[in-house]
Amino acid sequence: MNLSRKWLDEFVRITANDKDFAEAMTLSGSKVEGTEDLGTEINNVVVGQIVSLEHHPDSDHMWICQINIGEEEPVQIVTGAWNVHVGDIVPVAKHKSTLPGGVKIEKGKLRGVKSNGMLCGLSELGLDERDFPYAVIKAAAILGDYKAIDPEKPSIPADIQAGHKIYGPVVAAKVAGVEPLCYGCFRVVLETGKENLTIESDCMNLHEGDMVAYNTKSGTICTLADLHAEQREFPHCIEDGIFILNEDCKPGDDIKPVIGMDDHVVEFEITPNRPDCLSIIGLAREAAATYNAELKLHTPVVKGGAEGSLFELLDVETPDPELCPRYSARMVKNVKIGPSPKWMRERLRAMGVRPINNIVDITNYVMLEYGQPMHAFDYRYVNGGKIIVRRAAEGEELTTLDGGVRTLNSNMLVIADQDRAVGLAGIMGGLNSEIVDDTVDVVFESACFDGTCIRKTALALGMRTEASAKFEKGLDPMNTLPAVDRACELVEMLGAGEVLEGVIDILNFVPQPTVLKLEPEKINGLLGTDVSAEDMVKYLENVGFVVEGDQVIVPSWRADVQAMADLAEEVARFYGYNNIPITLMRGETTQGGYSPIQVVENRLGELARGCGFDEIITYSFISPTYYDKIRWAADDERRASFKILNPLGEDTSIMRTTVLPSMLEILTRNYNYRNKNAKLYELGRIYKMGGEDGLAVESKILSMGAYGDDMDFFKLKGIIEAILGDLRAEEIRFEPCTSNPSYHPGRCAEVYAGDTLIGVFGQIHPLVSKNYGVDAAFYCAELSFDALLAVKGQDAEYKPLPKFPSVTRDIAVVCDNAVTVGQLEAAIKKGAKGLLKGVKLFDIYQGKGVPEGKKSVAFNLVLRADDRSLTGEEADADVKSILEVLAADCGAVIRA
Amino acid sequence: MKEQLELILKQGLEEITSAGSKDALEAARIKYLGKKGELTAVLKMMGKLDASERPAMGQLANEVRAQLENAIDTASVKLAEAALEQQLLDETLDVTIPGTPVNVGHKHPMYVALDELKEIFIGMGFTILDGPEVELATNNFDRLNAEEGHPSRDWSDTFYFDEDSRVMLRSQTSPMQVRAMDTMELPIRILAPGRVYRKDEVDATHSPMFHQVEGMVIDKNITMADLKGTLNTVVEQLYGKGTKTRFRPHHFPFTEPSCEMDVQCHKCGGVGCPTCKGEGWIELLGAGMIHPKVLEMAGIDTNVYSGWAFGIGLERMAMRRFKIADLRLIFENDIRFLEQF
Repeated sequence: MNLSRKWLDEFVRITANDKDFAEAMTLSGSKVEGTEDLGTEINNVVVGQIVSLEHHPDSDHMWICQINIGEEEPVQIVTGAWNVHVGDIVPVAKHKSTLPGGVKIEKGKLRGVKSNGMLCGLSELGLDERDFPYAVIKAAAILGDYKAIDPEKPSIPADIQAGHKIYGPVVAAKVAGVEPLCYGCFRVVLETGKENLTIESDCMNLHEGDMVAYNTKSGTICTLADLHAEQREFPHCIEDGIFILNEDCKPGDDIKPVIGMDDHVVEFEITPNRPDCLSIIGLAREAAATYNAELKLHTPVVKGGAEGSLFELLDVETPDPELCPRYSARMVKNVKIGPSPKWMRERLRAMGVRPINNIVDITNYVMLEYGQPMHAFDYRYVNGGKIIVRRAAEGEELTTLDGGVRTLNSNMLVIADQDRAVGLAGIMGGLNSEIVDDTVDVVFESACFDGTCIRKTALALGMRTEASAKFEKGLDPMNTLPAVDRACELVEMLGAGEVLEGVIDILNFVPQPTVLKLEPEKINGLLGTDVSAEDMVKYLENVGFVVEGDQVIVPSWRADVQAMADLAEEVARFYGYNNIPITLMRGETTQGGYSPIQVVENRLGELARGCGFDEIITYSFISPTYYDKIRWAADDERRASFKILNPLGEDTSIMRTTVLPSMLEILTRNYNYRNKNAKLYELGRIYKMGGEDGLAVESKILSMGAYGDDMDFFKLKGIIEAILGDLRAEEIRFEPCTSNPSYHPGRCAEVYAGDTLIGVFGQIHPLVSKNYGVDAAFYCAELSFDALLAVKGQDAEYKPLPKFPSVTRDIAVVCDNAVTVGQLEAAIKKGAKGLLKGVKLFDIYQGKGVPEGKKSVAFNLVLRADDRSLTGEEADADVKSILEVLAADCGAVIRA
Repeated sequence: MKEQLELILKQGLEEITSAGSKDALEAARIKYLGKKGELTAVLKMMGKLDASERPAMGQLANEVRAQLENAIDTASVKLAEAALEQQLLDETLDVTIPGTPVNVGHKHPMYVALDELKEIFIGMGFTILDGPEVELATNNFDRLNAEEGHPSRDWSDTFYFDEDSRVMLRSQTSPMQVRAMDTMELPIRILAPGRVYRKDEVDATHSPMFHQVEGMVIDKNITMADLKGTLNTVVEQLYGKGTKTRFRPHHFPFTEPSCEMDVQCHKCGGVGCPTCKGEGWIELLGAGMIHPKVLEMAGIDTNVYSGWAFGIGLERMAMRRFKIADLRLIFENDIRFLEQF
């Protein structure tokens, strides 16, 4: 919400500068997003009057002007614009001046002639024709400017003389004199060869000596359009030029107040509970309360007196009263559509609203001032003189003002006449009842619609407008009447039409103000303050509450205030949040900390980082196609995912049931970024169907992924062993997993602790890598957090250190290739007779000396007894037993 | 004989002191003191001496032996010292050669920032709470006083899993307030960080998934002054003692009164600079006294209990903490980014 400080001044006088004002308003609850001095970019630009005008000696299109800018001597400025005349009042950007867009003007020479600044057009001042409709420039076709498109075949001969026929009734004529009659209106003397004519013209680019095309039939000087000429044929006869001022000002005046650029605008962020602050009056009330200043409100006065009876001309029905709590309407007859006055245009523009015409501008003005959206219909198109506020029929169509054809449904509210919809309630009017230049009678609608209905309609149709944005927050139904009166008052003030006596006002609710009990001790108890009851009353009354004894009557525009806590906020706002003391909580102390689960989560993170893995954060939602990328079968039941019905896009449309694609995506990204090695982890959630209340079963997975020259299957396995070791998990075993479609069938294992499956890890299947467009080996692990938590072992308990030395024995056995190290180790453990304390694989060899299809596997055995020093014989006996079991169970024989 | 001994002593000392190596020293020892050494040879001739001369000669011979042995010991120490010196010299390394890399992984910057926050609150007796992201609209909205029709419930803002808008991705961590009220004994002090989801397209400051941290206290006699006190303490721990804060009125459906807390810009000290967009203050979090309706819906007696709650956006906090300019970096997970923290 923008606020013009000039407009604010009408209601409350605040002298603070923008910065202080912004701070004070922010701290009392109206957050200021920024402030703007509208004229900040315009400096050293003044009003000037053209004293004399002469052609530039070295240019056929430039003028040398002497301009009175209120100084002793006139300044000389060269301009290329043709719409200037002696006596014109113009904006002059002096030497060392600045203009919007960071433009800097300095003196210089134009084709050898000194120019001490620049004359400004509308656009150079950051304006356009809608800001100053009177400054529209009409350009005559000056024959001297003619450039034939085909030089061989000019339409107008170069040597044309006054009186020569151009075509039909159009002849060449020479301007013998130009004299301004009024603003934008000239008496022109023309030589047409035979006789001199004196005509009136509103072409603004005529000067003595110009050759023009004169239409003898219509008695007018031809424009380009009249000649059906293209702009390039008359490059300098353009409908643009210097902004000739028609304002109450004199040479030397600063241009900013003249063009309304001396206002300051404050931009507020208004929270949805305060729709009343989406208006000048609402903000003025807050400003007055903030500064403890007087709020001067104005009650509109309408003279009325137009002929006819409103009630005979117009009838309003509201068949859906719950959607339209209030509908107020007045009528204006014999409107004269035209531009609104400068003060109104300036205020609208300062608030970011483009002026259009007086009637539309009035509706916008009232919307800004009162916060009440207004709509104006052309009465001609209200068939039967009947307005019906009803639900749209299913499939009913309406073309809105913006030209869009809208297909409606019965949840939407329309303003209709007896035959058809003429507007979309609270959102936008219909094209069929738009105010146009020849509109005669106007209906002003000032209504209150159901906020939810408006919001849903605007959302469904994708047309959130300024009006709908206000309605959807729930407006004050008591505001419709003053607003429509204000509109009619403005119509009379602007002389824009005649207002009919009376108001149609339909109330579909019983106005019942909220009354609360003022309980100062409770308010102080909640705030931790010691504010007196008197101060509380003062704060409340300043923003429109009425306090009678301990009864607080909440104003109609404050639907957000419903209970003691709301009153507490009002008190706090004006007492000052920053004046509330700072205390420490008393009461029972609580034991804070991490839960046992969080302790394990934190520990897993530490371990992963200790192993060199960086933590990542990935999106919980993925594309269903990601399941294809990791080669899950089409009927894989793990594909059953929570599906977002309104996703941003397919890529984020389902909740993942696996963390693997997320990890692969990040590995791929790092790989594509040419990061040589990557080790990544995430304790990420997966979301499976079947939770309580229709929610998800959200479990956490320790997802690890890596690639690069420092990663292979056994390194990853070693890391997993280290993690499980840290958790003191027992009975860890690894089983080959050939069936997981995402992993290399020969390089994938499931890890168990006892019978608990903890997870899977290994090298990613080359086809999956291919799906990600990567030719490197990716290694991933997916370990269930719940399983890790379940297999976490007991806290450590000290075991005495060995008192007696151990004996080591290295053995090498030859077995079939198919026999796994795991099987051999199992056999070794089985064969040991209680002395074996450790088995360590140290070599696997195939090749010379080992038969084809066989391998030699070497282990280092550690044997020890806790109560004595082992003898060599004892150790040998154990090794012998081990070798026997190896031979029996695995066909592994000691290598010769 | 005396001359012989003196000669042995003189020559021996010379040889010993000039011995340049352990081997030379040993050779000298053998030469003079060894079984077949010169001194031994002289001593063997002792028997041929006059009995009267023997004691004096014997004493002299012992002195010579002692002197030579001493000299050998001294020379040996010196040689060992020299050898060690040489060894150390030989072993000298170019210490500027880089160390053998040991790669320690990095915590994600977001969680670095989160952990700092957690530690502070744990110190104040808060429990860390975790909860579901696929959540009931009842918990995310209704129980938080955002009734049917509240704009944040729109399908344009919130992700839903069913046509009835019943199950959704939580749009805030605030439903954890409801879950805590429903399951925990009073008094409650919780901190609930987690992922939240809103229908925002990805750009430098938006992401459809981001993180919030919810904090809540419910107890007897809890006031807005307590809220200010607690948050001020947190800010001082995060940003240093004496860091100024300011509280502004704001609006949230589930708190009343509501506020936003700003922290004085650390860069300019409140004068106004690009970091704080000229305001001198940086918005940190939203907070307020828990709305009585919210407490009542959880069956908590508002005549006895009151509470406060706050919510903070973690991404923004982490971005400010580490001066990260673009939110997308957080979720891109480029290791060149991750390994900076």
